Amino acid sequence: MKRAEIITAILMAALSIYFMWKSAELEVGWIPEEGPGGGAWPFWLAAIMLLCCIWIAINWFRRSSPPSKSDKPFMDSYAVRMFLLVGGSVTAMIGLVHFIGMYGAIPVFLIFYIRYLGQHSWLTTLLISLGSPIVIFFFFDIALRVVLPKGYLEPLFYPLYDIFL
Amino acid sequence: MEIIQHLSDGFFIAFEPLNLALILLGVVVGLFIGAMPGLGSVNGVAILLPMTFLVPPTSAIIFLAALYYGAMYGGAISSITLGIPGASTAVATTFDGRPLALKGDADKALIAAALASFFGGTISIVLFTGFAPPLASIALDFGDQEIFALMLLAFATFVGLSGDDIPKTIFSICIGMVFSSVGLDIMSGEPRLIFFDIIGFMHGINFLVLAIGIYGIGEMMWTIEVSRGEMLMSKVVINLERIINNLKELLQTWKIAVSSSFVGFFVGILPAAGATPGALMSYGIAKMTTKNPEKYGKGEVGGVVAPEAANNAASTGAMLPMLTLGIPGSPTTAILLGGMVIWGLVPGPRLFVDETAFVWGLIASLYAANLFAVIINISFIPLFLWMLKMPFTILAAIIFVLSLVGGFAPTQDMHDVWLMLLFGVGGYLLRKLDYPLAPAVLAIVLGPIAEPALRQSLLISNGDITVFFTRPISGPITVIAIILLLLPLFKLLKKKLVPNAT
Repeated sequence: MKRAEIITAILMAALSIYFMWKSAELEVGWIPEEGPGGGAWPFWLAAIMLLCCIWIAINWFRRSSPPSKSDKPFMDSYAVRMFLLVGGSVTAMIGLVHFIGMYGAIPVFLIFYIRYLGQHSWLTTLLISLGSPIVIFFFFDIALRVVLPKGYLEPLFYPLYDIFL
Repeated sequence: MEIIQHLSDGFFIAFEPLNLALILLGVVVGLFIGAMPGLGSVNGVAILLPMTFLVPPTSAIIFLAALYYGAMYGGAISSITLGIPGASTAVATTFDGRPLALKGDADKALIAAALASFFGGTISIVLFTGFAPPLASIALDFGDQEIFALMLLAFATFVGLSGDDIPKTIFSICIGMVFSSVGLDIMSGEPRLIFFDIIGFMHGINFLVLAIGIYGIGEMMWTIEVSRGEMLMSKVVINLERIINNLKELLQTWKIAVSSSFVGFFVGILPAAGATPGALMSYGIAKMTTKNPEKYGKGEVGGVVAPEAANNAASTGAMLPMLTLGIPGSPTTAILLGGMVIWGLVPGPRLFVDETAFVWGLIASLYAANLFAVIINISFIPLFLWMLKMPFTILAAIIFVLSLVGGFAPTQDMHDVWLMLLFGVGGYLLRKLDYPLAPAVLAIVLGPIAEPALRQSLLISNGDITVFFTRPISGPITVIAIILLLLPLFKLLKKKLVPNAT
């Protein structure tokens, strides 16, 4: 936990500096007759962020914040495993949307998650993983007219478009 | 009298078939979300907001407000039967609710929680109805200086009162504000903060991307990690005779219910405080003022009544500044406020003049939602207990899928979905290190209001910041905000000067 605290503070400080540098692409000072420039607001906010990171680092050196005193690991083996499995599967789902669309990625994700991570029966798994895309299709594509990405599966939906849209 | 006229008009709107159905649905969904450990009103409102684009704005906010309300009731169910608070707002309910359940009096605790919630809700809505119109009419005269001063006050409460790590709180506020300034500069129209020249940043960062990322993805990962142990559910016995006996005991706690409702309402108005501290404070007050404080924590009905009356009152209190001033009193109302902007409504006092049907329809719907929530809560207790058995591996999977489509729907850009994932994972990691995330969500909603207010004020005054101190309303607000900002410093000094005080 100790190490994570200071590494995070340094990373966040770097992010703050990047924000300041990026904001400075616009005028950060005073423009006569126009008031503060377009970059001023984010620039000074990022400057405060940087100061906060320095403050967090000082607290770390003085060991005055709880994470800087904690000897517990930032993530134990269970947390790392969960983080990789859950975070990884969600990332994979979003990545898959670009290829097989929402209606391909969602069932794949649900089958993996419910069957493999949750150890539920195939009946429950299939009921939820095949049922939810149908509900989502009628809710978003048909009722809300928000066309969700279909990827390479687009042609499969032409007959449905003909019927419902 | 004008208020009664408006309110009765409001009831006509709230009782339109669509709205009535949505209140019912919202309450049921809210009860369920509130009851599930790890999910609270803010998660529900963030994840379901994109789905409400299907109905008109008034109906949408009525649905979400009913959900908000239902979640406040629902939180008690898992606090009592599982010993795990269903939402952070119901933490204090576990103190006495859980011991009652372990003694075999789960039914007593559940009914006390539901009726106390109803009581707290009713008092706070009446207070709301009385306070909102005069406050809005005062706020009508507010200029940019007052608006910015109020923003400053809202964020100062986080620093002075929330009790979180101070530099981390300020960091969270600022990063939320910076995210809100991505896109086109509102005044000059120049592109601003287009990170790595990715075109997706040109349309800015929608507040929902951050809210769903944090409350949909980040919070789920957090809950999955924390709730690794097995849960033990208490048995609930309910029959009419027991209910009548319980009611007699409950009637004696009316004083606690009244004081908790008032405390909850006024604490709820403060942006940083809200329902969780409101409930804890009321619990503390109830314990302090009772004749037998030693019974608290061991299964005293008053210990369930106090936090439950307070958290419902606080959720209504949080809506007061949101509707009248355009400053949300809690993360959930911040998301509602962001939703109002998407629906084309301008939050703030003008709502009471320009959108009377919307405002009063919403207020009337709160009365209805409160009534439905208590009825549904008590009559379907067995059903909610059955639903609590739903394995988290199924619920979490469904939430992730809803977050995916919910993150895509507002802008229909996959760029935002990736950003949402980044915020979710980042938020989860930061949360492990005690970074508070609610201020960031509030900031991304308020940023687009605060920035032009500040820039206009400075432009009018020619860069002179004393303008915030010299006006009759913004002056005191700014001074209070500065005192709140300095409050932790005073505490520190006091500690230094009186080293043996603790």
